[in-house]
Amino acid sequence: MLRRLGHEAVEVRLPQHLDDLDALIMPGGESTTFGKLAVRWGLIDPIRRFAASGKPIWGTCAGLIFLAKDVGHDQPTLGLMDVRVVRNAFGRQIDSFITPIKVKGLDAPFRAVFIRAPIIAEVSPNVEVLAQLEDGTIVAARQGNLLGTSFHPELTNDTRMHELFLSMLAQPAR
Amino acid sequence: MGEEVNANMQHPIGEPMNNGNPTSNQPREVGSDTLKRGLAQMLKGGVIMDVVSPEQARIAENAGAVAVMALERVPADIRRYGGVARMSDPALIESIMRAVTIPVMAKCRIGHFVEARILEAIGVDYIDESEVLTPADEEHHIDKRQFKVPFVCGARNLGEALRRINEGAAMIRSKGEAGTGDVVEAVRHARAILGEIARLKTMKREELYAYAKEIGAPYHLVEETADLGRLPVVLFAAGGIATPADAALLMNIGVDGIFVGSGIFKSGDPAARAQAIVQATTHYQDWHIIAEVSKNLGEPMVGINVSTLPEAERLAGRGW
Repeated sequence: MLRRLGHEAVEVRLPQHLDDLDALIMPGGESTTFGKLAVRWGLIDPIRRFAASGKPIWGTCAGLIFLAKDVGHDQPTLGLMDVRVVRNAFGRQIDSFITPIKVKGLDAPFRAVFIRAPIIAEVSPNVEVLAQLEDGTIVAARQGNLLGTSFHPELTNDTRMHELFLSMLAQPAR
Repeated sequence: MGEEVNANMQHPIGEPMNNGNPTSNQPREVGSDTLKRGLAQMLKGGVIMDVVSPEQARIAENAGAVAVMALERVPADIRRYGGVARMSDPALIESIMRAVTIPVMAKCRIGHFVEARILEAIGVDYIDESEVLTPADEEHHIDKRQFKVPFVCGARNLGEALRRINEGAAMIRSKGEAGTGDVVEAVRHARAILGEIARLKTMKREELYAYAKEIGAPYHLVEETADLGRLPVVLFAAGGIATPADAALLMNIGVDGIFVGSGIFKSGDPAARAQAIVQATTHYQDWHIIAEVSKNLGEPMVGINVSTLPEAERLAGRGW
């Protein structure tokens, strides 16, 4: 998808892979696995420094969990975003769903894919809420150069969330 | 990382914790191909481990497994005990679901749609319609499209993989020869599937029609696979993987991830081996890392050379 939008994309597995990158995406997966691998290969502090340098970071689903300060569970995370997330908040796989949502900054609804998704249960005042379900559940938020989404734009053909993230390259953190 | 960390996290199975959002009138699509295949996408690059107890499930999760397969017996023991191998006790599966936060898969017999309904009812995240268990139907696989829960199925070649996808499978794995610790069959099946896809890419449209007939696969899926240059769903390797090097071998051959069955908990030091296999799967092209994590893992599972197995004891021939 990034290549379709004219950007180069590489996979990050070790700290040295972060060198020379302008932005970082942490896609869906299992957040416990992320945590184990990140600790094992010393990625936590390098990613924190990457964030502190003002470069954009986007976490979807497990990536959002990995960004969060509070995940209600003792597992390694970056602790960068001032949000509290609740893991597997909708239930198990049979409770996974797709629904159109309104996202701040996008003109038409976005078809959002929620798979064993987390939600953002609480945000600090410095976090901007970008999308909510009809009942008010927060599913996307931005804090400066950090973007977090509960859903998986990487599983649809809609490039607008990716474009929104790429626009953060041009407008660095407050 | 202590192992107790998972204990206080769970909510009762089947009960959304909150924000279940029952009053919303936002349209919701559930049980669709995007959702079923999407979960498998999230497991890519990861390792799924067979476990027979909550304790083993926690060891697997702590080692970095992306999911566990809940079973009463790992394939090596199914071989040893013989008799009819069936779906595991739902109570055991539920106890494993409560023990970890990662997805939990479980196996039903080929064609046994009631076992599958039971597994769906208790809320497992993925069902493996598996040749490791004794088949319940010699003609029909389960009509997997009727289910909200996604299915993974084994395959030995592209035709078999596409027939399963046509029935609704949202993930494919090689069959390998489970419970042997001999990786040769998993390699054979992964090579067969990937090699046939490579051939498809060179074929003209009119050749695709003939090829679809030859391999007994629906034409539309043959065409889709040719266009994508890969299966329309995620492909994992399974069957006989016992070492970090085995896992990295299959990743380099081109699969998306790894199932490890008996290889971990039938070895001398399961926690260390589980971690090492996860690391080798992640860093499958970094030979130094694979060398490092392969050290001091203790005894691997005692293997069975597949070429010495009598035909009747081979599992991969089950299903079609």
